[in-house]
Amino acid sequence: MIAHSAPKFASNDGIIEAATAALGADLIEAAEANGEIALHVKRESLLAAMTTLRDELHYQQLMEIAGVDWPDRDPRFEVVYCLLSVTKNHRIRVHVATNEADPVPSVTSIWPVAGWLEREVYDMYGVLFEGNADLRRILTDYGFVGHPQRKDFPLSGFVELRYSEEHKRVMYDKVQLAQDFRSFDFMSPWEGADYILPGDEKAEDKAAAK
Amino acid sequence: MSNYTIDHAPTTGDEVIQNYTINYGPQHPAAHGVLRLVMELDGEIVERLDPHIGLLHRGTEKLIEYKTYLQALPYFDRLDYCSPLCMEHSYVLAIEKLLNLEVPKRAQYLRVLFAELTRISNHMLNLGSHVMDVGAMTPNLWLFEIREDCLNFFERASGARMHSAYFRPGGVHQDVPLKLLTDIADWLDTRLPRLFEDAMSLVIDNRIFKQRNVDIGIVSKEDALKWGFSGPMIRAAGIPWDLRRSQPYDAYAEMEFDIPVGTRGDCYDRFMVRVEEVRQSARIMKQCLANIPEGPIASDDRKVVPPKRGEMKMSMEALIHHFKLYTEGFHVPAGSVYVATESPKGEFGVYLVADGTNKPYRCKIRPTAFSHLQAMDFMSRGHMLADTTAILGAADIVFGECDR
Repeated sequence: MIAHSAPKFASNDGIIEAATAALGADLIEAAEANGEIALHVKRESLLAAMTTLRDELHYQQLMEIAGVDWPDRDPRFEVVYCLLSVTKNHRIRVHVATNEADPVPSVTSIWPVAGWLEREVYDMYGVLFEGNADLRRILTDYGFVGHPQRKDFPLSGFVELRYSEEHKRVMYDKVQLAQDFRSFDFMSPWEGADYILPGDEKAEDKAAAK
Repeated sequence: MSNYTIDHAPTTGDEVIQNYTINYGPQHPAAHGVLRLVMELDGEIVERLDPHIGLLHRGTEKLIEYKTYLQALPYFDRLDYCSPLCMEHSYVLAIEKLLNLEVPKRAQYLRVLFAELTRISNHMLNLGSHVMDVGAMTPNLWLFEIREDCLNFFERASGARMHSAYFRPGGVHQDVPLKLLTDIADWLDTRLPRLFEDAMSLVIDNRIFKQRNVDIGIVSKEDALKWGFSGPMIRAAGIPWDLRRSQPYDAYAEMEFDIPVGTRGDCYDRFMVRVEEVRQSARIMKQCLANIPEGPIASDDRKVVPPKRGEMKMSMEALIHHFKLYTEGFHVPAGSVYVATESPKGEFGVYLVADGTNKPYRCKIRPTAFSHLQAMDFMSRGHMLADTTAILGAADIVFGECDR
């Protein structure tokens, strides 16, 4: 039962069936969770699938492209397209999986707004978009190295900016923290935490002996 | 200067004019923040325009991944710092959607009331600075009077003028005193219409203002859809699309209001859509004040919403809940949602991925400015250099939100 008061759009009834029929073999999986439909689409046929969604299923607007990093998965990155239909009053998400080397087809030919959105995913995750004519960094500094939203990129970054009195200009230095970033572990030992408690190494040995 | 000839360069008499590139910003009063525009000009006509953004990038999305759900909330105030409560609105609704958490009616009304007050204060800043960008000084000063009143109301409700952190998952932080509600009602009846209509009477029929805005930066319906426009920008293009009406959240389904729509899709239409939105916001607020029910202001689910201090003094259980919620925070079941609300600038969305722990796995923020600023290039093409400030002003861009 829906108890929350988040935005309510048109019903999801029949959307998965319509999308399955329209996309055919391009669709890997269609799932409904939390009242939203997610379509997992093959990377190679993304462009055809998106064109179908826009023209046949009337999702006129591309609102957002989000990257997600799943280091344990293969391929590692997920690119999520949030589509909106202003005529059907419905939202849908399209998920594509990729890794660092394989480019995702750019949807700039369908929605020009994708230009910057793809630039941001490239900047933050290093995902390449084939067909985007202007794949520069967008949010990070000119000459930045690395892709900061990846899970293996530290929160503090690698460099910090300072003004050098000696050189009379702003320059980068290796980052120096006066104190380590404090990351607390909230996993409770009763819920299957997978680490050795300090002073509790013997318990681990016993478990191994069994 | 040796690589051009008279043949392919326009001339005015003896002078040879060549296209040239100028840099605008990042520190410029009409740039509404830290925007750098690289513009290619032919005389004073804009040929190409390349916005460089990211100068205010603070890594909000990365920081949120290292904070608990509640600790991440104040970051949203600092995105669009002109309409902080509307930023929080999307985030708390996204969490509530993942938790499927019910919010009491009074909290929903309070959220709508303050979201609309935020819309008024945001539009006061935007309308005023837009007017100032095209040369008029007085209306801005008058509109700032209204904005100051709004900030005082925020302060009385939450304790902070700008970064309120007032909306919380499950409701709002604390109840408002009755005197605040009656004062807002008085203000809506007297001070707001007088100041606002006075200021607008100076502008909307003004010949100079119209010359600077009518037929500038026209966007068709097709372009508005293709470029991902939302909010006043898409409505000015002639599409009556408002998330408060079409995808109602909180108590918006119970409110009566009109959606202003533009006819030409130019800067003047965008301005006028916002002017009418202020009047409609006042109308929604009056309905909120008339119908606000009594009752709790936050969910009574103690696994999400902490108990009040008074309760903590009496109950051991409340004390434990309080301690757990302010150290560990609450856990959100694994899943992902995209929740978008109608912020004063357009569709402000949050794509939230939860992995079952007490911290968001990924929180992608959909800024309104990304699509509107990107469209600056085609909107400005063929216009004069001075028109870019009008187009930028009518796009209502704030860099806290654009750069995150």
